Amino acid sequence: MSGYRLTSDTGATPVSFKFNGKTYQGVQGDTLASALLANGVTLVGRSFKYHRPRGIFSAGSEEPNAAVNVVRGDELEPNTLATTLEIYNGLEAKSQNCWPSVDFDVNAINSLLSPIFVAGFYYKTFMGTSNKHWMFFEKHIRKAAGMGEASVTADSSRYEKQNVFCDVLIVGAGPAGISAALTQAATGARVVLADENAQMGGALIGSTQEIAGQDGDGWVREQLEKLKTFDNVKLLPRTTVYGYYDNNTFGAVERVSDHLTTSEAKGKIRQRHLVLKSKKVILATGALERPILFGDNDRPGVMLASAVGKYVKRYGVVPGREIVMFTNNDSIYQEIAELGARNVPIKAVVDLRDTLSDYAAAVKEKYNLRIYHNAAVVRAVGGKALKSVILNNGETLTCDVLGVSGGWTPTIHLQSQQGDKPVYDETICSFLPGMGHQDYVSIGACKGSFDLSACLSEGGLAEVRVEDEPSLNILPVFDIETTKGKKFVDLQHDVKTSDIKLAKQEGFLSVEHLKRYTTLGMANDQGKTANVNALVVMSKERQLPITEVGTTRFRPPYAPVSIGALSGGEYGEHFRPTRRTPMHEWHLDHGAEMINAGAWVRPRVYKKAGETVTDAYIREAAAVRESVGMVDVTSLGKIEVIGPDAPEFLNRVYTNAWLKLPVGKARYGVMLREDGHVFDDGTTWRLEENRFLMTTTTANAANVLTHLEFLLDVIWPELKVKVVSVTEQWAGLAIAGPNSRAVLAKALHDVDMSNEAFPFMAVQDAKLGDIPVKVARLSFSGELAYEVWCPSHYGYAMWDQLYQAGQDFNITPYGTEALGTLRIEKGHISGPELDGRTTVDDLDLGWAWGKKDFVGKPLAGRDGMVDEDRLKLVGLVSKEEKAIRPGSQIVLSNAETTLGVSQGHVTSTTYSPALGKYIALALVKNGRNKIGETVYATYPLKNESQAVEIVKPHFFDPDGSRMHV
Amino acid sequence: MQIDCPFCGKRDQSEFTYSGDATKKRPDHNDQDPQAWFDYVYQRDNPKGAHQEYWHHTSGCRQFLVVERNTMTHKISSVQAVGDLNKGSAE
Repeated sequence: MSGYRLTSDTGATPVSFKFNGKTYQGVQGDTLASALLANGVTLVGRSFKYHRPRGIFSAGSEEPNAAVNVVRGDELEPNTLATTLEIYNGLEAKSQNCWPSVDFDVNAINSLLSPIFVAGFYYKTFMGTSNKHWMFFEKHIRKAAGMGEASVTADSSRYEKQNVFCDVLIVGAGPAGISAALTQAATGARVVLADENAQMGGALIGSTQEIAGQDGDGWVREQLEKLKTFDNVKLLPRTTVYGYYDNNTFGAVERVSDHLTTSEAKGKIRQRHLVLKSKKVILATGALERPILFGDNDRPGVMLASAVGKYVKRYGVVPGREIVMFTNNDSIYQEIAELGARNVPIKAVVDLRDTLSDYAAAVKEKYNLRIYHNAAVVRAVGGKALKSVILNNGETLTCDVLGVSGGWTPTIHLQSQQGDKPVYDETICSFLPGMGHQDYVSIGACKGSFDLSACLSEGGLAEVRVEDEPSLNILPVFDIETTKGKKFVDLQHDVKTSDIKLAKQEGFLSVEHLKRYTTLGMANDQGKTANVNALVVMSKERQLPITEVGTTRFRPPYAPVSIGALSGGEYGEHFRPTRRTPMHEWHLDHGAEMINAGAWVRPRVYKKAGETVTDAYIREAAAVRESVGMVDVTSLGKIEVIGPDAPEFLNRVYTNAWLKLPVGKARYGVMLREDGHVFDDGTTWRLEENRFLMTTTTANAANVLTHLEFLLDVIWPELKVKVVSVTEQWAGLAIAGPNSRAVLAKALHDVDMSNEAFPFMAVQDAKLGDIPVKVARLSFSGELAYEVWCPSHYGYAMWDQLYQAGQDFNITPYGTEALGTLRIEKGHISGPELDGRTTVDDLDLGWAWGKKDFVGKPLAGRDGMVDEDRLKLVGLVSKEEKAIRPGSQIVLSNAETTLGVSQGHVTSTTYSPALGKYIALALVKNGRNKIGETVYATYPLKNESQAVEIVKPHFFDPDGSRMHV
Repeated sequence: MQIDCPFCGKRDQSEFTYSGDATKKRPDHNDQDPQAWFDYVYQRDNPKGAHQEYWHHTSGCRQFLVVERNTMTHKISSVQAVGDLNKGSAE
């Protein structure tokens, strides 16, 4: 194949690009495919399974062969279609599916072995007797069969998301879509017209067909100019509408700067993801040409006839010197006329039919065509380029391009996606959109109206006169009998007619089974040019009409969508909002190593020079027990519960009693889900008669709020209670340790900190300088401790002033690690124990079980919930002075460490400076009756196991004497 | 999908959280019959067609709505505030 550029088009701006390391020249407006064809490049890739040489097959997003890797610095964009990729100066692309090069591909030997590489081959051969076989072979198979190469560096491009609302969305800017847009625009409706191509106009681009007294190209340009004068019309070129969802919602990707050079694209977003919502929808998505099946129909140089026409009309590029056309219908003669109008010769037309329509006869006459009637191409001959075709009469025609037309397949992907079952139409031998159940209409070629005049009139421009139109006149022959060569149905996945026959033989009759067995239509082109022919082959095999064989169905996306476009700006640390406490900067300035706790960022440890995380948390936890420490607890969920029925509401929500909690006191509470499992815990403070401040765990704050809102809104609307989240309004810290009282007594005023005036669980107002604070005497660490809260904007000042006040006592800021150590030493539960599967008794909270009725109580009494063999909270102490890995499984004997029956698992672990031991909390089957027993904590993934002793979970100061001083 | 919130107007579905079957009535708070509770918590029909369900306007007014949605087409035929429904049943 030796393509060339028509001389009339040489005035265009030159563009230089690289393909497989070699520099070529194209012109502005070229796709990579048109530029390669103009440079005589025939071979662009290797096929998926057999590594056969492949060329450019189409001129649009239906392309099955010419997928390339685009190189951008260190980044690779795989599976980019050469037929839609617009070239720019500096573009670098390379072939995929080939090694070491597209010209010499080691795996091409697969082609010689193809009798054994039949459908299902991989699974049948490599599955063996166990999954291990497949696991071993799979990685080698994947490497040989790779569909392009993924980039290993992060995508540095920027993407964004946008919502678009309109009255009328029109998908497809061909003659039908443009007519519809003009008609709708005149009504004043907000119109969006989207098209996947850079240039709008569809089949009319470059057309010489006469419309309203001028050529098609001129007419369509004029209409587009007219559209641009409407303020209520938004034109979206380079925008692929890929998915049709409920309530007329569409997903689309606009390629904003993919066609620009690196310097032009700098600072611009690469692609924009659009969610379009439209009252009315007009689908004018056109039709795709389908090929005819014959021997070695995959040779580079075998192309869709309309693609030959597009390259000539749109890009001024003729794909070859000797062009033969092969058809079963009349549409090909229109392409031939377009070529003829530009003096591009056609060597011969091979027509399956025996007579010509008037239209075709006129084209034959005008361009002096040599037509073989009642003839078929049985085989294409060539390797990396087409050399000739062999006809059914035995004649050989030398040629470098064979344009094939097997008729047209309406592009009904969007209609099908939203559930409308396609209907087979005998006159066009293809599927039409079925009954729609959303508010849309299909117009033009996608509903089988292939005539230009029909397209215009369905778009509302019935008065526009069109000259010289062919009808389809299709002869339903798609699969040519041949004895030599492979007939590929799905070029991208290398599925042959023989594979479909095999599928039938092995009983995979239904289309859904056929697809999965042969992988037909499952490549990233979704079988756009393959599916209908596959049904033809299967219907022939089963001797059933196509309508009984099955239909084609589609899922989004119509064309591949990059993950970057879907995520928009929401990735990495922008994946969700980051929540920082008012004291964040202080932590950073004092050596904190931060850790994510849900959306919150909290100090993990404050590292001193030379310390590891372990060194730091051990020092911090020890300092709390020895003197005093402080920890940021702002992230705790905080909910105000207000109203005269607030005590009654809390009494129903918590398992324990709440009616008699005095003002100025806090209480620990446990709440269940309706199914009886523990949901969350925390303290709730009675600030005023009818005003409570509830705290929740950091993780469950949002869920608890929703739970309370549901109960109030839906279940008990008669309760006079409101709940509101105040998590953001309060900054909080806990100050813990034997010297905590002394620090607060020094720093605070307007409050008596003595044990008598400020007893355990009391809540009081105080002043820290000018800062109003609430102080609650609560302890998570088991030490004498207080929580101090203030309005958020004072948070930093409150923290800093208390830190300064604590200097005399060597106050130590501590992070989540030490917080964990202190609570594990006390056997206090937290997130890892509140795993949604534990009951009140499992967690040793039976004392909180109230006599009154509360949410979750009835189902908490079910047999399985009170079974004595349930996993119960216990403590573990390492007998080997080794750290116990969280997530370790508990087994009864050392022999069971790799294969045994789990008796439970480790939830939280730490080194305890207070005990000088490695300890853990665990949930162990019937654990409370196993105190003193030795079991094994095993972690087979790391090949670790150690003997541990089961103890009571309250490791340190079990009678709580330290916090009551 | 968009839901026409009686408080906020028509908003995208992404602002809402599905909150379960609205035809299920919670047993009386003091009811101790485990079977009644089991039915309330676990038993759900999977109706084809119109279905009443709770949606929480999580990123909006935080009210619970009763939405009648067709499970085949996702078409929404009515949206009511739970509060209004409760009023209706009381009258």
